[in-house]
Amino acid sequence: MALPRMPAPIRLRELIRTIRTARTQAEEREMIQKECAAIRSSFREEDNTYRCRNVAKLLYMHMLGYPAHFGQLECLKLIASQKFTDKRIGYLGAMLLLDERQDVHLLMTNCIKNDLNHSTQYVQGLALCTLGCMGSSEMCRDLAGEVEKLLKTSNSYLRKKAALCAVHVIRKVPELMEMFLPATKNLLSEKNHGVLHTSVVLLTEMCERSPDMLAHFRKNEKLVPQLVRILKNLIMSGYSPEHDVSGISDPFLQVRILRLLRILGKGDDDSSEAMNDILAQVATNTETSKNVGNAILYETVLTIMDIKSESGLRVLAINILGRFLLNNDKNIRYVALTSLLKTVQTDHNAVQRHRSTIVDCLKDLDVSIKRRAMELSFALVNGNNIRGMMKELLYFLDSCDPEFKADCASGVFLAAEKYAPSKRWHIDTIMRVLTTAGSYVRDDSVPNLIQLITNSVEMHAYTVQRLYKALLDDISQQPLVQVASWCIGEYGDLLVSGQCEEEEPIQVTEDEVLDVLEGLLVSNLSTPVTRGYALTAIMKLSTRFTSVNRIKKVVSIYGSSIDVELQQRAVEYNALFKKYDHMRPALLERMPIMEKTASNGPTEIVQTNGEAEPSVVEAKHPPPVTQPTNQANDLLDLLGGNDVVPVIQTTVPTKPASAGGELLDLLGDLSLSGIPPMTAYNKNGLKIDFTFERANPNPNIAVITIHASNSTEADMTDFVFQAAVPKTFQLQLLSPSSNVVPTLNQGTVTQVIRVLNPQKQQLRMRIKLTYTHKGSAVQDLAEVNNFPPQSWQ
Amino acid sequence: TPLTDREKKKVIRDMMMLVLARPPRSCNFLQWRDLKIVYKRWYASLYFCAGLEDKDNELLALEVLHRYVELLDKYFGNVCELDIIFNFEKAYFILDEFLMGGEILETSKLAVGVSMEEADTLQEEEKEQEEVGKTDKERFACGRGLRE
Repeated sequence: MALPRMPAPIRLRELIRTIRTARTQAEEREMIQKECAAIRSSFREEDNTYRCRNVAKLLYMHMLGYPAHFGQLECLKLIASQKFTDKRIGYLGAMLLLDERQDVHLLMTNCIKNDLNHSTQYVQGLALCTLGCMGSSEMCRDLAGEVEKLLKTSNSYLRKKAALCAVHVIRKVPELMEMFLPATKNLLSEKNHGVLHTSVVLLTEMCERSPDMLAHFRKNEKLVPQLVRILKNLIMSGYSPEHDVSGISDPFLQVRILRLLRILGKGDDDSSEAMNDILAQVATNTETSKNVGNAILYETVLTIMDIKSESGLRVLAINILGRFLLNNDKNIRYVALTSLLKTVQTDHNAVQRHRSTIVDCLKDLDVSIKRRAMELSFALVNGNNIRGMMKELLYFLDSCDPEFKADCASGVFLAAEKYAPSKRWHIDTIMRVLTTAGSYVRDDSVPNLIQLITNSVEMHAYTVQRLYKALLDDISQQPLVQVASWCIGEYGDLLVSGQCEEEEPIQVTEDEVLDVLEGLLVSNLSTPVTRGYALTAIMKLSTRFTSVNRIKKVVSIYGSSIDVELQQRAVEYNALFKKYDHMRPALLERMPIMEKTASNGPTEIVQTNGEAEPSVVEAKHPPPVTQPTNQANDLLDLLGGNDVVPVIQTTVPTKPASAGGELLDLLGDLSLSGIPPMTAYNKNGLKIDFTFERANPNPNIAVITIHASNSTEADMTDFVFQAAVPKTFQLQLLSPSSNVVPTLNQGTVTQVIRVLNPQKQQLRMRIKLTYTHKGSAVQDLAEVNNFPPQSWQ
Repeated sequence: TPLTDREKKKVIRDMMMLVLARPPRSCNFLQWRDLKIVYKRWYASLYFCAGLEDKDNELLALEVLHRYVELLDKYFGNVCELDIIFNFEKAYFILDEFLMGGEILETSKLAVGVSMEEADTLQEEEKEQEEVGKTDKERFACGRGLRE
């Protein structure tokens, strides 16, 4: 007696219809769950009749995003079935559900093997397809032999599938490439386009993967002439309805052949020569009114650029790209920009000719095109066009979408660094970037910029003035604010003394400057990092401004800040004021020129108050902001935190000759110009040393820092250093770090002198010193003639 | 190595978001991770997308998408979205006669059409043979097979 049958599972199309009536996600989910349950029971019944229908339904639900793993084994059963209908759905299910991560993946191998030898070509086709789309390496290894056999069949339907299957096998198991070599022998003599196309793909894969194969195909098989012949036939042959696309015969095959030619011709003179003619022919004769023609031209251009083509052909190719740039079709413009980007290194001059068109593309509405145009524009920037290009790129930076700003800003910085025509231009450009895209610049821009500014000694006044003005406008862009704070801290003295040469100096008071910096500290817009910069800047101004009391007050307030970093800094700065005031000037001195390399060369502050271990002090490197803090730390450590003021021996010997040597050691690799320091004056316990830096890029300016130290038992107060030079020189004396030269070498007064020496004459200087010592006024004049030759040559 | 199911879903979702966000009249290419995405909008709400490697020809990819739509059109006769939805397995079968492993398998529209026809005929014949073999009672109880 027959058991009561379950109702027949609903048909696929009915299920699809039903699911589409669901009005909400929840409703759909419910339907799906119900159907899945029904399918599961049906699977359990091992019903052959409906398995196919059920798996098909499962695949639909899987496409919608629902889990379908319980159908995996059922796919295997379908594949093993004798019925073509079952196999068709089974293999499809396998391809969708049974990737190599699944345990049951390997179970397919036997079925596929059998089906590869099936009597019906469509079954063989299914097996080849499945293997060729997602076969695992093991499966490929097991079945490569079968594929190879099929590659040699005369049945073009199977042959083409076998070829692509072989491609997949090679991709999965490259070592198996060799075994397919014999079968490739006469692949290209086929007439069938499917076989031709897949054969070209197979040959391409082999040539790309193995230089030996490549050499073999070039020499032994004479692949190039064969390909040239086929390509020629395609172009010259009449209309073939089967393969025609908008008047072009089999563009897919043409493009694939061009690509293989590219690989064969690359780096090989003979091959390149053999294909010159056909490339020229394709380049000049292809119809460009439709996308398909342009697709072929595009591939042709890529090939011409990559092989060793003659220059005439290369120019032709670049001009095609130039024409593409003017095409109305966006896709073609995009593709042109992409190709030009690839060739800009090798054919720079040719691409330069299209520069203005490329720059125009910056204004294109299409995002993809803008991006390519930007990348290409940066690649085209050189010393000659930097000003013009930068104008366009900065304009672009102003108006572009946020997604571009970071990359564009980086690109501008890089280009400026490489090709800046002048320091001022460089700094102006950086300012422009900071003010227009300040929040998008990369983190490392801030220290890089600080380094750049430090090294542009003659621009300090100008820079700090511009940055100050920028701060007055807008304090929201953190990188800008950070750089500005740092500069004000460093060069605030230049700011208030109105020393700017490059533009109209502004009138600003110390209090105004401090107002701005304090404003940063309290503003909600400032990040903790920015606040750190601001606080340190304020501290540094204590040696450059006279309103020390105000600064002391600010610093002590932040000693109880909630922000731990700020608190720490404030506490340490407080300590500087209270216990280590004699060290303050030296610690907060002007920064010297820094080494360009990112890695740590010792940043040198020549401190003749003689730290016993200068290397400890100089261990830290940019961000320079933290340096005073670290130095304070190190010093405090050295001093053991107790109140005894140690007698610190100066490590600077008195004899100029050896002083040069030892100081050079101290300076390590910082001394850019390698100019040895010298002692300019040494009398009555007052010693004045000169250290030198070369101002970049103007070699006519020598920057001298004086270091005055006092070895007597009493301070020298009201210390004033003056200098005069012969008429052919110009001299600029910046503010001293202090007016007190402390007793017993406990500190130095430093001051920077800048000497312009355009005629490169021997440097001579007359100095006048006045100070009060032990109650009496002292005055002295001296000539300084022992400048090292390097300082003025 | 293939992606997990979850990764696959994410890929599809991400790509969908990117493509759908494109303003009209943009160019048909966009960059996504290390792939070039080529997409074409057919009819109001149907998109065809392909992911290409760096060395692949984008303009040709547009032709590939176009060719696939033509194949669908020829098979279904004036194809529309619903055809594809209700016959998704056929859409896959057609794709499998056109591409394999990411490469073009057959460049002739005619050849693809012929393959589909013959394979479909094979299915039909199989069905008919089954029908013939069944008793009236079985025929009544089982209902018809997959192909309607």
